[in-house]
Amino acid sequence: MKTLRDVKCGETAVVAKLQGEGALKRRIMDMGITKDVEIFVRKMAPLGDPIEITVRGYELSIRKSEAENILVK
Amino acid sequence: MSIKIALAGNPNCGKTTMFNELTGSTQYVGNWPGVTVEKKEGKLKGHKDVIITDLPGIYSLSPYTMEEVISRNYLLHEAPDAIINLIDGTNLERNLYLTTQLLEIGLPMVVAVNMMDLVRKNGDKIDMKKLSNQLGCPIVETSALKGQGVKEVAEMAISAAKEKKAISAVSFSAEIEKVLAEINSTFAGKFSKGNQKWYAVKLFERDEKILEELKFSESDKKQLHTIVAAVEDELEDDSESIITNERYNWIGHAIKGCYVKKKQKMTTSDKIDRIVTSRILGLPIFVVVMSLVYIVAVSTVGSLVTDFTNDTLFGEWIQPGAESLLVAVGAQDWLVSLVVSGIIGGVGAILGFVPQMIVLFLLLSVLEDCGYMARVAFIMDRIFRKFGLSGKSFIPMLIGSGCGVPGIMATRTIENEKDRRMTIITTTFIPCGAKMPIIALIMGAAFGTEMSTWWVTPIFYFMGVVCIVIAGIILKKTKWFAGDPAPFVMELPQYHVPFWKNVGFHTWERAKSFIIKAGTIIFLSSVVVWFLSSFGWVDGKFVGYISDEFMDDSILAKIGNGIAWIFGPLGFGTWQATVGTIMGLVAKENVISTFGVLFGLGGEIGEDDAGLWNQFAIMLPHIHQQIAFLAFNLLCAPCFAAIGAIRREMNSLKWTSFALVFQTVFAYLIALMINQFGALLTGGGFGVGTVAAFLILIVMVYLLVRPDPNKRKLNTVAAANL
Repeated sequence: MKTLRDVKCGETAVVAKLQGEGALKRRIMDMGITKDVEIFVRKMAPLGDPIEITVRGYELSIRKSEAENILVK
Repeated sequence: MSIKIALAGNPNCGKTTMFNELTGSTQYVGNWPGVTVEKKEGKLKGHKDVIITDLPGIYSLSPYTMEEVISRNYLLHEAPDAIINLIDGTNLERNLYLTTQLLEIGLPMVVAVNMMDLVRKNGDKIDMKKLSNQLGCPIVETSALKGQGVKEVAEMAISAAKEKKAISAVSFSAEIEKVLAEINSTFAGKFSKGNQKWYAVKLFERDEKILEELKFSESDKKQLHTIVAAVEDELEDDSESIITNERYNWIGHAIKGCYVKKKQKMTTSDKIDRIVTSRILGLPIFVVVMSLVYIVAVSTVGSLVTDFTNDTLFGEWIQPGAESLLVAVGAQDWLVSLVVSGIIGGVGAILGFVPQMIVLFLLLSVLEDCGYMARVAFIMDRIFRKFGLSGKSFIPMLIGSGCGVPGIMATRTIENEKDRRMTIITTTFIPCGAKMPIIALIMGAAFGTEMSTWWVTPIFYFMGVVCIVIAGIILKKTKWFAGDPAPFVMELPQYHVPFWKNVGFHTWERAKSFIIKAGTIIFLSSVVVWFLSSFGWVDGKFVGYISDEFMDDSILAKIGNGIAWIFGPLGFGTWQATVGTIMGLVAKENVISTFGVLFGLGGEIGEDDAGLWNQFAIMLPHIHQQIAFLAFNLLCAPCFAAIGAIRREMNSLKWTSFALVFQTVFAYLIALMINQFGALLTGGGFGVGTVAAFLILIVMVYLLVRPDPNKRKLNTVAAANL
């Protein structure tokens, strides 16, 4: 299944499901990445990781390894 | 009776500004007990009996981060009389997420929707009346930056505190409310009625810390699990996620009728960010910004003011002034020495760093306030997380090349406590300005090379970085620093012009707390070393005070003699080298003047003096001994001022000791290997020391390359979720 990692810069995706558990999952969700929310991938850091996304109207950075836990439609 | 009000809100919502506006200059800055998280308190302006406590900036009340646990423990157990929940009006959805959690605690609460000036400028519309009805608590519009609405918030919070009006939490979907009610009735005896909703939700989430607090037995846990698991199975999600979804769903509903966000094209902040962190220009801009910070804080303004306070203000004016004054009134020699060298010298060592620290903190505050600090982490994360540090660890290390004290203080900007501790421990491996004379002495004695030779300085910075990487990787695999890599799910706040009042406040606060907290340790240590080096024996008879030309008769020299054997395996087991190293704890540049005195060349000697080089080479004839001495002095526990800063920042005796022991042991082992392998290569023969060196090397390499013993847990968790 496609994850947020696979979404290209400049594209928008809708969250289908979140994997994992515990602190990381809670943190991702606390920041507003929940089911059905729209995520716009803005850019990649100069060294290729992490990425910058827009969610619920604000900017968030997230590592690619963490973005893998976010399944998108 | 005094009223306690807690100020809670997300990071970047203007909380610091609000706190400053509310309390003015009455703030007290310290740490929360036992942790490195900053705690600020102050009296409300014009109300002596109202105390405002600034909680750490948090996004949630989860049990997973130090800041969040501190905040919720404070709210629950210290029970302030009211909460002011500050939210960023330009980022309503995510800010309200914390609000839904704060409401559950049940304390009287006032919501302040901040940054209203920006909301209006953006053309967004918030119907406060409707939102207030939805939340069930009063709302005030504020703009802390412009001082608007601040008074109203304070007054409303005071009246809310006096009325003690209970607040009700937001309601979730019928299904969830039903299970929460079930939890409530099942475990009714375990918690007070006032926080019912809070505990029910936390129990549903299986919050470990709450289970512990309520002393849940195994059978209680089983009973709880049966209730929770039924809902989890039905909704095919874990209970924590179910609650988070419920909250965001509620927010979505609540703001539907009262919030209109105008479609934005591109804000100025977006435009800036497009350039500043772009793939091509991101790194060059980073290099330019960091060079500017370095040039201003370390090599120009910073060192100018430090040199002025140390050399001119204290060295030429205050110390000689005090000396002539004391001599004029006929004070005893030892008293003159105690006051001038011991006390003024020691206090001067603290104050000398203050101006430079103010310069540095000004710059750091500007970087933080304008939003670039978060981008520093964004750009550097990829490199630093490889050896267990944060992207923000870069700044302390850069600053540390000038002086370790502000370097250690700069770790403030790292949120994760483990990352922060590790950065504090390793930052002083980068040679600071005061270590340069030692490098100059050894390079001169060993190779006859002038310090100004182009490759000398870079090579020592490089060695410092290598040591940081080695120490980082080793520490990361120990149980104290192990665990999940801190998630890097981090907000990148909007850029804005720094607010000077904030920057000023910040800078002064940090400098002040350093002077007060670190000052005592530096002062005491300096007096002790002064005593040891200026009291002693002449011709076998204890004569009390001796002046520093006779340091070789001092108690310190005796101690040096007694413990010099410790440094035997490192190749510099002479009492002079030992005394030099001890004196280096007061200030690293002291090593030079101490050798000057001990070699009979006088304390005023420079590190580039060929006579000093010669004498040093006579004391330690082999290059490997000299380099081992250098390595130990560069890596071991830093000077007292930096130790004071470590103590201040770690806020725990245990962690301060850990840092110092780790640094010293690390330095010892590296120096031992240098000396022993050096001896072996130069035909020194194979001995016990060589065996020890090989063993250390093997253990170190093992610690470096062994698989992370704590990682397995993570993998199994990941596997279980597939």
